[in-house]
Amino acid sequence: MTRPDAIVIGAGHNGLVCAAYLARAGLDVLVLEANDAAGGMAAARPLGDGYRVPGLPQCVAPLGRAIRSELELERHGYAPGRPVETIVLDPGSAHLAIGQDRVAGDGLAQADAAAWPGFRRQYLAFAEALRPLIENPPPRLKNLPRGDRMTFAKLGWKLRVGLGREAMYEFLRVVGMNIYDVLNDTFDDERLKAAIAIDAVLGSAMGPRTPGTVLTWLQRLYGELDGAATIHSGNRLVEALTRAVEAAGGRLRCSAPVARILVEDGKASGVQLEDGETIGSGLVVSNVDPRRTFASLVGAPRLDTLFANRVTQIRGKGVVAKLHLALDGLPEFRGLGAAALGNRLLVAPSMRDIERAFNHCKYGECSPEPVLEITLPSIHDPSLAPDGHHVLSVSAAFMPYDLDGGWEAGREAAARAVLARLAQFAPGLEARIVAREFLSPADIEAGYGAVQGHWHHGELSLHQSFMLRPLYGAARYATPVDGLFLCGAGCHPGGGLTGLPGRNAARRILDTGGRP
Amino acid sequence: MNIAREHFRQPLGRTPFHERMVALTTSEHWATWNGYKVPRIVDKLSIEYFAVRSGCAVMDLTPMEKYRIEGRDARAYLDRLVVRDLAKLRPGRVTYVAWCNDEGKLIDDGTLFQLDESRYRLCSQHHQLDWLLMSARGFDVGITVETHDVAALAVQGPTSYSVLSEAGIACLGDLKPFDVTRSDCAGIPLTVSRTGYTGDLGYELWMEPGDAEAVWDAIFAVRGRYDVHAMGLNALEMVRIEAGFVMPGFDFNTAEATVRNDHDRSPYEVGLGWVVNLDKGHFCGRKALAAEKARPPRRRLTKLVVDGNRPVGEAFVYAGRNGKQVGEVRCTTWSPILKANLALADIEFINGKLPEPLWARFDYQRELKWHTAWAECHAQSKPFYVPAHRSLTPPARY
Repeated sequence: MTRPDAIVIGAGHNGLVCAAYLARAGLDVLVLEANDAAGGMAAARPLGDGYRVPGLPQCVAPLGRAIRSELELERHGYAPGRPVETIVLDPGSAHLAIGQDRVAGDGLAQADAAAWPGFRRQYLAFAEALRPLIENPPPRLKNLPRGDRMTFAKLGWKLRVGLGREAMYEFLRVVGMNIYDVLNDTFDDERLKAAIAIDAVLGSAMGPRTPGTVLTWLQRLYGELDGAATIHSGNRLVEALTRAVEAAGGRLRCSAPVARILVEDGKASGVQLEDGETIGSGLVVSNVDPRRTFASLVGAPRLDTLFANRVTQIRGKGVVAKLHLALDGLPEFRGLGAAALGNRLLVAPSMRDIERAFNHCKYGECSPEPVLEITLPSIHDPSLAPDGHHVLSVSAAFMPYDLDGGWEAGREAAARAVLARLAQFAPGLEARIVAREFLSPADIEAGYGAVQGHWHHGELSLHQSFMLRPLYGAARYATPVDGLFLCGAGCHPGGGLTGLPGRNAARRILDTGGRP
Repeated sequence: MNIAREHFRQPLGRTPFHERMVALTTSEHWATWNGYKVPRIVDKLSIEYFAVRSGCAVMDLTPMEKYRIEGRDARAYLDRLVVRDLAKLRPGRVTYVAWCNDEGKLIDDGTLFQLDESRYRLCSQHHQLDWLLMSARGFDVGITVETHDVAALAVQGPTSYSVLSEAGIACLGDLKPFDVTRSDCAGIPLTVSRTGYTGDLGYELWMEPGDAEAVWDAIFAVRGRYDVHAMGLNALEMVRIEAGFVMPGFDFNTAEATVRNDHDRSPYEVGLGWVVNLDKGHFCGRKALAAEKARPPRRRLTKLVVDGNRPVGEAFVYAGRNGKQVGEVRCTTWSPILKANLALADIEFINGKLPEPLWARFDYQRELKWHTAWAECHAQSKPFYVPAHRSLTPPARY
């Protein structure tokens, strides 16, 4: 095999995005994937006999306009799915449906219904104001290059002129706050508040009262600037990105787990696969969790002492488990018509319930009343299940990576807790189960290489965001090892199916000619 | 519960040589070193100074920080820790090392002894356990503090070889500078290295604390035939400046104890560039040091001979008399053997060069009245005092 100009480790969506940009710039790119298919957490995975489920993401905004057009993803078969609403399930069947511009349900106060569209618009405007920061490599704070000055200038403009004086004050007031206080100031309806709070905390080891949860919500809302959230089916996105890489001349090699990043004289010189094969390249881009990239693939001995120790202090403990069910037919949810099942369903009665569920995971316990996000992706992509059959996908929080007694012992009880919670709303569900799969955070770590099973390769907390993500010394995609770059969710702007870390990384690599 | 709670009555530790030191001291001039009570001056400074330079001086080194580093990865660990190339270090040898943080700023310096294939001893001025443990991530290496478990004695001066041989320590004649070997003193096992901080011929003896007094007594038993004196920290300060040795924490701020930006120093900036080997492979701070080396030098800790015989003490240094202030004196001494006024000064370079001429402005007191004076300073590149007898093997017998 010819020596590639660049090796991208990990064919998750950020790795593919980065590889596509590099390949389009004329580099000979080789993407190495440990699993037998590309896509990482976003890839569909087989379940039972003849079923597939769409990996970890469930309800996500489409890729941003910039990536879609720059990589010509539509030409490669990408199409954003149908927008869906969020339905908060109520034990008494007083379900609440939340759309972009409307909220409706039994018992909803008129004031809340009236306040929702304006509130959402305001926070979308806040997210828009953060766009220059999110869509560019995080700027340096000292000795700014010209591009960084532009980022700050645009950010300042968007905050001061884009938002206007009043809104900017409001933004500065809330941006460091917790979502619990902000929502209690604004709404009365527990179901509505819980639904927003879920978006702020799901995937993080945070409860609604954790400081910084307004920011995490803004990061989620940012995705919706370029299109409403849809149900992820795991196929189209990954296939389109793969084609984009290959159309630009990039190569993809699956079942090729990387054991080490080779470093010679302080410079990346290639990778060694687990079977011993070495592939040389002076440019190595890691889509792997930064903690694993540095601690295992590079190794602390080849890093400087303080940096190697900071790596171990990156916070990011997975607290969400995944339950996949193959069903012999469409399940029935009490008080919900079949037509509504294509939406995103939430089991989270109130913010207090979410906070209480979070409390358990702080002490190594699974919540006995987990918070659930439920989708039926086969409604949107019938190819996932045989005719008339369906797959149901559940993200269940809070289930800690470091469960007392370990996940081997605790897995079945946790799965039962989720099923019992589901049964409160869909009593006949269990009888329809053909196959099931439960992924604890430990399974997510083992299957996707995400340290401690954290979706975002590190908590999206303020102290690990922007120019501090993933850590001081590697926050601008370059690392202390010359020729080694990061491009994954562990980098700015963080996790989610945005492709932005991959795009920003590629820009940095190309801008600098591969030098840090 | 019965816990010994009397330790607070003796806040300063006593080394195993303490009783012997007490018996000898006339000045009762004590200092704290690393939590131990040690003499600043035992009897008379001039006697102690001249014992090092023309006789034999004995100094209690026990408070010096000592670490045992051992295990499968011990060599790889040390290679990553220190800025020096260790390729030539082998069992029975000692080398001078320094280590830096990620930014290439000095944390400390010390001597590294290779005791056998996978066992080392690192001696340093300051407590380093936290840094050594942080550096151990990813290595199979054991790190043990042995400061309080090993008694150490420096025996220094032109007649130290004769004194120790007379005291019954065999095979010293073959010991080259920076050699270390197992030996014994009248049946007491000990480790001897030909090392020191005085710039003179000298040895360091390492032994079990329980054997300390017997070894001391064997050495002092040759008094009468040889001039042997116990020495304190003040004489050491004089001779180490003459020898051009730097003192971390005094001549420069150690990096991990520095708060203010740019107040720490790199090896290049304190004249330890010769220790740094950028080609030896990865070590902590290498990238930063390579970048620094590619730039013109910003400053150097510079050896100065100051005109006149008044000790300059604390002083600013200027580029020319009444010129621009370019530096500060870090330490200073009158050298009796060179009849010269010596100083180490931290000097900012101008356009990558040492400014000339250099003048020190200093204040001094005469009968309580303060005066200001100027003295021209002459920069030296070599250590002030390097006697030929220091490196002879075998050393001269007296």
